[in-house]
Amino acid sequence: MKYSDKLTNVNELQSNDNFLTRSAKKSPQLILGIILTGLVLAITLVSFFWTPWDPIAIDVEKRLLTPSLSHWFGTDRLGRDLLSQIMVGSQNTLYVTLVSTLIGVVLGTSLGLAAAGSGPRWGGILTRISDIGIAIPSILIALVLATTLGPGRLSVIIAISFWFVPVTARVVVGPARQILSLDFVEAAMTHGRTRMYIVFRQVLPNIAPIVIVQTSMMFAAGILIEASLSFLGVGAQPPTTSWGKILMDSQPLVQEAPYYTLLPGSFVVITVLGFNLLGDGLAVLLDPQQSQKGVA
Amino acid sequence: MLEINNLHISIAGRSLVKIDHLVVAPNERLGIVGESGSGKTLTVLSILGLLPTMMKVQGSVIFAGQELLGRSENDLAKIRGRDIAMVFQDPGRSLNPTMKIGRQAGETLRLHLDLSKSEIKERVLGLMHSVQLKDPEKLASRYPHELSGGQQQRVMIAMAIACKPKLLIADEPTTALDVTVQQEVLKLLLKLSQESDMAMVFVSHNLGVVQAVSERIAVMHDGEIVELGPTAQILDSPSAEYTKELIGANPSIPDAQELRRLSGSRFRTGKGV
Repeated sequence: MKYSDKLTNVNELQSNDNFLTRSAKKSPQLILGIILTGLVLAITLVSFFWTPWDPIAIDVEKRLLTPSLSHWFGTDRLGRDLLSQIMVGSQNTLYVTLVSTLIGVVLGTSLGLAAAGSGPRWGGILTRISDIGIAIPSILIALVLATTLGPGRLSVIIAISFWFVPVTARVVVGPARQILSLDFVEAAMTHGRTRMYIVFRQVLPNIAPIVIVQTSMMFAAGILIEASLSFLGVGAQPPTTSWGKILMDSQPLVQEAPYYTLLPGSFVVITVLGFNLLGDGLAVLLDPQQSQKGVA
Repeated sequence: MLEINNLHISIAGRSLVKIDHLVVAPNERLGIVGESGSGKTLTVLSILGLLPTMMKVQGSVIFAGQELLGRSENDLAKIRGRDIAMVFQDPGRSLNPTMKIGRQAGETLRLHLDLSKSEIKERVLGLMHSVQLKDPEKLASRYPHELSGGQQQRVMIAMAIACKPKLLIADEPTTALDVTVQQEVLKLLLKLSQESDMAMVFVSHNLGVVQAVSERIAVMHDGEIVELGPTAQILDSPSAEYTKELIGANPSIPDAQELRRLSGSRFRTGKGV
């Protein structure tokens, strides 16, 4: 055997895998997360065009049917098809979560960057305000809003975002401050950039992975909060349905018809799990300290 | 062109820098030399108003007839990069890791001059060429970490000279580089400064580096200028005790004969490893 054969071939070190395969190897949870969230999103999309039965058609004769071939998930206490209900309910759940997550990410990131970019005094004040925001539970806010604005989507969205904004700000401010202390920020200033410009245009791309991961984590949290609020009757109001509301309806019948609680409940679990796995997977994938090849 | 008078930088009552008088003439290269912590960097940062906010600055820094101290952040932002530019010690950390070289090098142009996208691109390539970067088109689409230290520093210099500033502040621009690259970067800085009538303040702890590029040298120690004069005078007949120490501490490269004598028979050159 020639000596040169023993040398590692450089080409072998550089794997030819494409981005997806590489990601899958590095963080399998990401793939599982994508599958689960994709599944839920697909079901929601389909529900806009088609459901197995009319989700609001009441048929008392058929109330509380156990799962069968014609009604895969059985029927609820008013004889409505449960699968159709869950499918349509996902629309409201995802809509509310999506809107409040977007508000939370956009406002929260801006607030966090502003806090990092402004001097110690204003930065301190903004951070304290965030702390106060985090300290107030969103369920409490939702209950207050429900009594003032009335229950419904708007109250839930405001309540969830009210909590998301300071949480995101708090997550963003630390890494942003860290990036701001690096030399290239000072260098950019000698080129004539103002501090706030640097914060938003140069620091933001550097903390993008953190924001992306935070977004998917908040999405998971949002679904839980939305379900809790609808369960408490503050969220979706009839005829709109939502997973939390189906759970509330099923609650007195847990012993009689366990599937009625278990099936919508498992949808909440699958979605939350999916988004959490997605967040975890992205965190692994986007963390330069864990990735040798620098995927970002 | 640049005149510093009674500059006093302090933190929590402790004095860090005290400079009575320092002038940089147009198209002059002034070297500032001193050990770490002697206040060289603080002095040049104060010119651009980039000192940490907890530091207190008093006195006056006049550039082209304008007082710079106490100016608003927006006023200073207009001067930075356009009239006074700066090159830093560690080019790897002075470039934004998420921005491609070409876009990053165009930052100063985009900010201070009203140019179209294609004009900026063209100018950036021209600038990269003038700082002797080979293959500018290819480098422009790379990220900072894909460049060598020398290349990165050339990019930083290209950004600094983009708007033809009247004064270039170079804060230890060669310290983080290999010795061979150091030489090239020094030559480049000297050439650029001479060719475009750009004054330069060159800061370094290395007297050997400073003397290579400056006509005058200011020696700093404990936040004060202990000696100031033409380069030859400082090197040949230093008056301050500290300057003598600095010159004594500067290692000269021993010739091959001496090396062999020092290392004895164990050290052979030329044959086999």
